[in-house]
Amino acid sequence: MLLLLMGIVVLHVAGLVLLLVSTIVSAWVINTNSRSDLWTNCTTVSGVYRCDPADTGVWIQAVQAMMILSIIFSFISLFLFFCQLFTLKKGGRFLLTGAFQILASLFVMCGGIIYTVMNSGWVPAKESYGFSFILAWIAFPLAFISGVVYVILRKRE
Amino acid sequence: MLSVLALTSVVLLSLASQITAIVVYTSWEKHALVGSDVRLSCSFFSWHWTSPDVTFSWQYRPDGAKEGISIFHYGGGVAYVDNKGPFRDRLEFVGNPSRRDGSILIKELDFSDNGTFTCDAKNPPDIVGHSSSVRLLVFEKVPVQAGVVTGAIIGVVLGLLILIVAIYYLMRFLVARRVFSLSMSKHGKKGKGKEGTQQKQALAVADPVKLKAAASEKKKQESRREKK
Repeated sequence: MLLLLMGIVVLHVAGLVLLLVSTIVSAWVINTNSRSDLWTNCTTVSGVYRCDPADTGVWIQAVQAMMILSIIFSFISLFLFFCQLFTLKKGGRFLLTGAFQILASLFVMCGGIIYTVMNSGWVPAKESYGFSFILAWIAFPLAFISGVVYVILRKRE
Repeated sequence: MLSVLALTSVVLLSLASQITAIVVYTSWEKHALVGSDVRLSCSFFSWHWTSPDVTFSWQYRPDGAKEGISIFHYGGGVAYVDNKGPFRDRLEFVGNPSRRDGSILIKELDFSDNGTFTCDAKNPPDIVGHSSSVRLLVFEKVPVQAGVVTGAIIGVVLGLLILIVAIYYLMRFLVARRVFSLSMSKHGKKGKGKEGTQQKQALAVADPVKLKAAASEKKKQESRREKK
């Protein structure tokens, strides 16, 4: 039972860390001498490295909001998990925790979809996606699976 | 003693010149749409009364240019607007010099009007001071400020969450109260003793789950009494 619990918490925290890294680190789109993400566009032009704030379009702000919301909901679900661990009666399900985690995964999915689809507006066509973008897309199934596990899980002992 | 006097007098003089410096105020930046009008406000602070010889002058320096040109001057009670430069027939004086307001109105903006406007005010004898500049930015359409949409989406979702939680707890509270009033009316006709214990149990918590537990406990107690 304890092993299962540890495993689930590790999964949850791993998803949370992926979300944090992908939101904060500037590597959604990488080129040989520039990288851009949700918040800034950084370029190295003739040895000088400078960053500008990202385009203030409506869609990139929506992606920012989605990523932040998914982080918030993931934190809330972690907190609720520990609350429910000690207050739930035997045989009960971690429904609230699972619901929040699934919501977090939905937010990441929305953010990823919006970024992928509306990309042409603010990123030149030749650039390739960076690891933050990939991490965001990995965090989505991770969070979703962990949410489903919470819903299915029943409290024993 | 003499040196102390000299020092204090120097300090006072320097303070006095600081006090009598004029301070000019304008906006920092102005955003406007193409074709619209924009009002550039200019005001000043001075320790002296507003003199009848107060002067306002505006200078315009386009983006990328090194020097500016003078486009407006108010002095001796008369306003002189630009009649040769880029703003001829588009500039209007809308200020009130007696109230220390030297604002100008620029009509029918164009992209070529992007630049820095500098206002300089003088209030004799208060003539020493810095001028103040306002940057004009002309847009085709007003851009969304960074973070507005982000904040709005986050705020709405979190607000909905809090609303749902509040409604849930409100419903629980109302249901508990309804169960309490129902149980009161049901057992009100039976003996006072039972009513007393039921009142205590119902008043202790307003939680339907705990009420159910209490009810089941009551039933258990009654069944035990019956057995006895």
